[in-house]
Parts: sequence; structure tokens; C-alpha cells
Amino acid sequence: MTPAHWAAITLMLAAVAGSFVYLALDVGQVFSAEAAAQMWAYVVRFFPPDFSPDYLAQTWRGTLETIAISAVGTLLAAVCGMLLALPASGRFGLALRVAARLVLNFLRSIPELVWAALMVFAVGLGPFAGTLALALHTTGVIGRLFAETLENAPPEPARALQLAGARPAGAFLYGTMPNVITQFAAYTLYRWEINIRMAAILGVVGAGGLGQMLYVSLSLFQQPQAMTIIIAMLILVAIVDAASAGLRRYMEG
Amino acid sequence: MVSWVKRDANSITHDPAALPRFALATLLLILLWPGIQLTEFDPGVLFDPRNRETMGRFLGTFLPLALSGEFLRLVIKSTLETLAIATAGMTFAFVIAAPLSLLITRSLSIARIGPGPGLWLGRLLRIPVRFTLMLFRSVPEIVWALLFVRAVGLGPAAGVLAIGITYGGMLGKVYAEIFESGDTRPTIALLESGGGHIAAFMYGMLPVALPELVSYTVYRWECAIRASVIMGFVGAGGLGMQMELSMRMLNGGEVSTMLLVFLLLVVLADGISASLRKVIG
Repeated sequence: MTPAHWAAITLMLAAVAGSFVYLALDVGQVFSAEAAAQMWAYVVRFFPPDFSPDYLAQTWRGTLETIAISAVGTLLAAVCGMLLALPASGRFGLALRVAARLVLNFLRSIPELVWAALMVFAVGLGPFAGTLALALHTTGVIGRLFAETLENAPPEPARALQLAGARPAGAFLYGTMPNVITQFAAYTLYRWEINIRMAAILGVVGAGGLGQMLYVSLSLFQQPQAMTIIIAMLILVAIVDAASAGLRRYMEG
Repeated sequence: MVSWVKRDANSITHDPAALPRFALATLLLILLWPGIQLTEFDPGVLFDPRNRETMGRFLGTFLPLALSGEFLRLVIKSTLETLAIATAGMTFAFVIAAPLSLLITRSLSIARIGPGPGLWLGRLLRIPVRFTLMLFRSVPEIVWALLFVRAVGLGPAAGVLAIGITYGGMLGKVYAEIFESGDTRPTIALLESGGGHIAAFMYGMLPVALPELVSYTVYRWECAIRASVIMGFVGAGGLGMQMELSMRMLNGGEVSTMLLVFLLLVVLADGISASLRKVIG
């Protein structure tokens, strides 16, 4: 235990104590028997979940909507990311490289949910807002990854084609693309996986999918319906996890 | 004969793989079509004159930043609230995770060493604990926040509970994994020579695992700050809640100021967590 250790530990304990004081959280109140009874009464209202065929059909539609938001959003991001990655990898000069990287950093540093809240203002409630929000954030992430892949790609094939008389576009498509396309596909799939999870919850600010259904049912005090949605979210994420783990094992093995 | 070969080689001026690629792309688009309909994909909405006017006016107010003294005080207050939510939430998470992770760590089982009586009971008891931790972390924090806002009301308490539950589930699982992945021989030696659970943990397991435990916890604290901002959008207090209010009032200057503060906060938390990990790790 050096003095630095003691300083760090004291600092952390002070931060914890300060936080509880600042929020005026009454820990005794939160864990009192009365609060527990209230919480239990609230939990009980969620059971049994609503498994009526009618509501299951609605939930299924919400699940499809969630998957569609993630797929279209990711694809849109892959296209826009590609377009921004070209200048960001320095192919059109330093000024455009800096500008494109600035745009990508900006897109990436604003979380999906904040984008979603903004997009709800721009295009109204519904899945389109969620799609745009995912597309904007993911463009920032994917564009940067693409740009780095392009910078690391071997320049020789494209150069050889250009020296043989190919135009720049042809040299890029037939010299550079074959070297990076699998990497691009891998990044896009990886982000799609993340975006399915994200699309399921983006709706809590009104951007469509299962999240919006959850928000609406909770606002209408329909707890059994809310429970059905939560179960659907858990199943969706479990399937995505299993599929991605399986695919990864298959590709590695 | 020679000229024939030459003419043939030169006559291929198009990509021979173009047609299959075009077919594949068309097929993908057809497969995607229901998705495009489900998302109500309509770029026209973006350019609808009425929408464009509202959005244009909103975006126009993003600059200049809102920097009045009164508003800045509010921003500082909600930033501190966000930090406090993350820290208090992590404390709850730690309180949940520390005992539960010990319960599910197999190397700390005395019954496992020899064919003791409690072996099956122990295994049976670990199942519900593992399941609880899984449930805690599988439901996204924003959903927990949404639920707690309705149970305990709008405000930071809901955020603290949501972070506590979600991150408690994550920490519990990862702590147990860290305990198991380290060198467990000292622990088992202590248990075998008659040490109790607590002694074996304190002297055998903790010294091996401590640096990793600390660095993972600090990393999660950093994530908790980001999460607590986002949870504010459903009413769980802090910077996110203020941001949502300003958006509703279409006050762009306030939104952009708070976005900037959020970015600074993320950078700052990154720096603090890196230096903390260096000191303790």
C-alpha cells in the first residue's frame, strides 16, 4: 500500500459518500419493508404476461420492425460510411481527410439514443426516426473502421492497374476493393449485431420497434403487455447472441 | 490463328463477374424490401417543407451555445447529478455483485475438495444465483430505468437503481470469472489445509485477482456515466433529463451546450479511469 493507493482509495470512498449525500438518497428508505412491499405489489402486476394470440401477433410485428430498423439502418450506414471513408482515408487530399474525420467523429460521439430523440423531432414518431438515428451513429463508427482498413490496404494492386492504364475508379474497384471487401463485410455484420440490440430499446424515445411498444404499454399501465415485450426483447437478444457465437465459431473453425 | 487469340483477349472489356454481382445485389434489395416498408422508410419526410421549416428553425438555434449564468449553473448541477447517479449506482452494483460472485465461484467450494455432504446442495444453490445475475444484466439498463421511474418516480433514484441492477449482474458474472481464471491453487491449498471460506478468499484469491477486479470496476464506472446520461431521457435524472426537456422546448442552444458538456464528461471520465487503473492496477 503506497501513498498513491491510499489517496486513490480515500478519493473513491469520498466520491461514493458524496454521491449519496448529493442525491439525498435515503438508503434506509429504499430498503425499508414498506418500500419492499410497494415494489413487490408493482412486480406482481407484470404477471402473468399477456400471451393472447392477438398481442403475440403485435409483438411479432414489433420484433420484425426492430430487425428491419437495424438492418436498414446498418445498410444505410455502410453506404454512407463507405462514401465518407474515401476522403477520410486521405485519397482526396489532406483538407478533405481532416474534414471527413471530423464529421465521422461527430457522428460517432453522439449516442444512438440522443440521435433518436433528435430524429423524432425531424421526421416524427416511428421506426423511420430509429432507422435514421442508427444510420447516423453507425456511419461514424463504420466510416472510421472502413477508412482505417483502406489506409492499411496494400497499394500495389491498384497502382499496377493504374500503370497499365486503368482509370482511378477502375483501379480502386478492381485493385483495392477485393482486398478490403471481406473486412468491410465483417465490420458491417458486427455493427448489425450491436444495432439489433440497440433498435430494441431506441423506441423508448419514440423511435419505433419493441422499445416504443414497451414505452406505450407502460404509459398505459398495461404491465402484462409490457412483460410480454420484455420477454420478446430477451429472446431476440439471446437468438442474436447464439447466432453470432455460432457464426464466429464456424468462421474460425 | 495468332490474331484470333489476340482479338479474343482484347474483346473482354467488361467484368465477367458483373452479372452475378448485379444479380446478388438485386436479390438482396428484394429481400430487404419488406424491411424498407416496415421501417416506413421515406426520405421525402426529411424534405417535407413543413418538417424542414421546424427542423431548420430548431437546428438554427443550436448556435450560439446557451451560456447564461443561470443555465450554466443548471448544467453544472445536472452534470454533478449524472456523476453521482453513476457512482451511487456502481456502489449498489458492487454491493449486489460482491457476495453473489463469491457464491457462484466454484473454487471456493469446500465440499468440492473431498466428497463432502454439501456438494449437490451447493451446486443446486448456485443455479438460482446465476440465473438472477443473468436476468439482471440481460434486461437493458434503459428498460430497468423505465420500470423504476414508474415504481419510485421521476428522478435520480430510478437511475441509481437501474445502474445498480444491470451493472450488479455484469460485475457479479465478471468477478466470478476473474476469480476462476486466476491462479486458484493458493485458495485450494488454504481450503485443503483447513482454512475457512473467508480466510481462503482473503489470503488466497483476492491478492491474485485484485488488480483485474479494480480495473474492470473502474471501467464499468466509466460506462455507467454514459449510461446515466442516456437514462435521463426516460426521466431518470441528470444531464439526459435536462437535455430531453430542452429538446422538447426546441431550445437548440441549450441542447448543443449540454451535448458539448456530455462529450467533455466522457473524455474526462476516460482520463480519470485510465489514471486510477494505473495507480491501483
